[in-house]
Amino acid sequence: MNAGKYIRDIWNGFTSLLKGMKRTGYYFTHHKEIITQQYPDNRNDLKLPERFKGEVVMPHNEKNEHRCTGCQACELACPNGSIKVIFKNELTPEGKKKKAIDKLVYHLELCTMCNLCVEACPSDAIKMAQTFEHSVFDRNKLTKILNKPESKIMDGVE
Amino acid sequence: MYRETQILNDSTAQLAGPDGGDMVINVGPQHPATHGVLHLVITLSGETIKKVEPHLGYIHRSIEKMCESLSYRQFIYVTSRMDYLSAHINNHACALCVEKGLQVEVPPRAQVIRVLMDELTRIASHELWWGAMAMDIGAFTPFFHAFRERESINDIMEETCGARLTMNYMVPGGVMHDLHPNFQQRVKDFLQLYKRKVSEYDELVTGNVIFQSRMKNVGILSADDAVSYGCTGPVARGSGVSCDIRKLHPYEIYDKLEFDEVLETGGDSFARYMVRIREMNQSIKIIEQLIDNIPEGEFQAKTKAVLKLPKGEFYTRVETARGELGVYILSEGGTTPYRIKFRSPGFSNLSVLDTIARGGKIGDLIAMMGTLDLVIPDIDR
Repeated sequence: MNAGKYIRDIWNGFTSLLKGMKRTGYYFTHHKEIITQQYPDNRNDLKLPERFKGEVVMPHNEKNEHRCTGCQACELACPNGSIKVIFKNELTPEGKKKKAIDKLVYHLELCTMCNLCVEACPSDAIKMAQTFEHSVFDRNKLTKILNKPESKIMDGVE
Repeated sequence: MYRETQILNDSTAQLAGPDGGDMVINVGPQHPATHGVLHLVITLSGETIKKVEPHLGYIHRSIEKMCESLSYRQFIYVTSRMDYLSAHINNHACALCVEKGLQVEVPPRAQVIRVLMDELTRIASHELWWGAMAMDIGAFTPFFHAFRERESINDIMEETCGARLTMNYMVPGGVMHDLHPNFQQRVKDFLQLYKRKVSEYDELVTGNVIFQSRMKNVGILSADDAVSYGCTGPVARGSGVSCDIRKLHPYEIYDKLEFDEVLETGGDSFARYMVRIREMNQSIKIIEQLIDNIPEGEFQAKTKAVLKLPKGEFYTRVETARGELGVYILSEGGTTPYRIKFRSPGFSNLSVLDTIARGGKIGDLIAMMGTLDLVIPDIDR
């Protein structure tokens, strides 16, 4: 057993420990470099990027009109079957039957936020919202109907 | 499971006891040190490891079978769930394979964006590995230091791709969105932050005497073993085997970039550790070359609404943070693949664990496993 090596090992261990402790002490005294967020407390001014994929929504204008034509492109593009378009027959003023969407059912519990439905939509009827607090007690609440009741298709959207 | 019972039967005859019988213990599947649901059956003689048998299948989701029922646009998102720490690179491999079948030319801007995202992902993945590695050894603080830098990469991803972990940003023909206007500035901020903080890594962990003595000459993998087990990535490069797909079979614009393939010759845990640390610096070098030279133009090539690959076989490979990822598509000419096979780096890297752990001590096993950088969903798929 080499006594010199033994002492050198102890010395090296001691200095490398001190180096690490110096770094720890630096953060202990410099609070401004701490980057954690106090999440539930900062809820009011928490702003997520505009591209954040939280859930699929269908924007409506002030006249309760949407842009969805019911072309089913989103339903076909969805890999998980989380979108379902249900149709109804409407009578036009001329008395003809016209196909229109009754409900656009969206299963949030199946959705993986892959954004393929939004990319596929030819008339920009759906988009991604920035909400992220989706937890509920009853999972039936996660099945949503995206078009609002009594809503109509916007004029000029084919 | 039959092999497990066999070991038990073999060893019960002389089970346990101070006179030196063998002992079989299970690590996992619910063990925090295995980073996921990996089950190891370890045969011990005293505290010396005689055999390590990994048992897989606890997180098998049949991703390859799932992909057969999805179209060529849809199946890409599933691959983010394989190796979730390099989700971008997985998506990249799939997009490349579909483009090879379609013979689509990817615009130069999309190529640069893809490479930038890949390298950012690689840094983020190695950061997380570095923190988890130190935690396996028993140091808790480095984990938070690593997550601080990783957080700023995640913020960049969130702004441009819309998600932090499973981005689904690569599509056949390019990328889904154009870069966010803040992207360049935020990446430059990150580069500055990284350069300021990277010295802390050496101070806290690399230079630490306890860390070094636990890593050096432990878990030695020879170059021959690395080749015969099919190891790729930092595991093989730690043993001196040159296997970087970015250098050997360049894809996208990697052949025009200046970077070195990181090689270490030690083959022990410390060599694999140093490969990853040095690889992060190479990724920084690549990002620095590209960040001011993003060409203008289209970010996505024009493709048909419904993609159909011609009849045939297509294979592409990329370098993920863990090694070589191969994507094999067998097409019958329809809108969905007939068969898909992923050659994942984690599976081959795990199979070498028995070789490097044999004869070692049980206390070093978790450290050896840490240096293999296993992501279990990548192994099971």
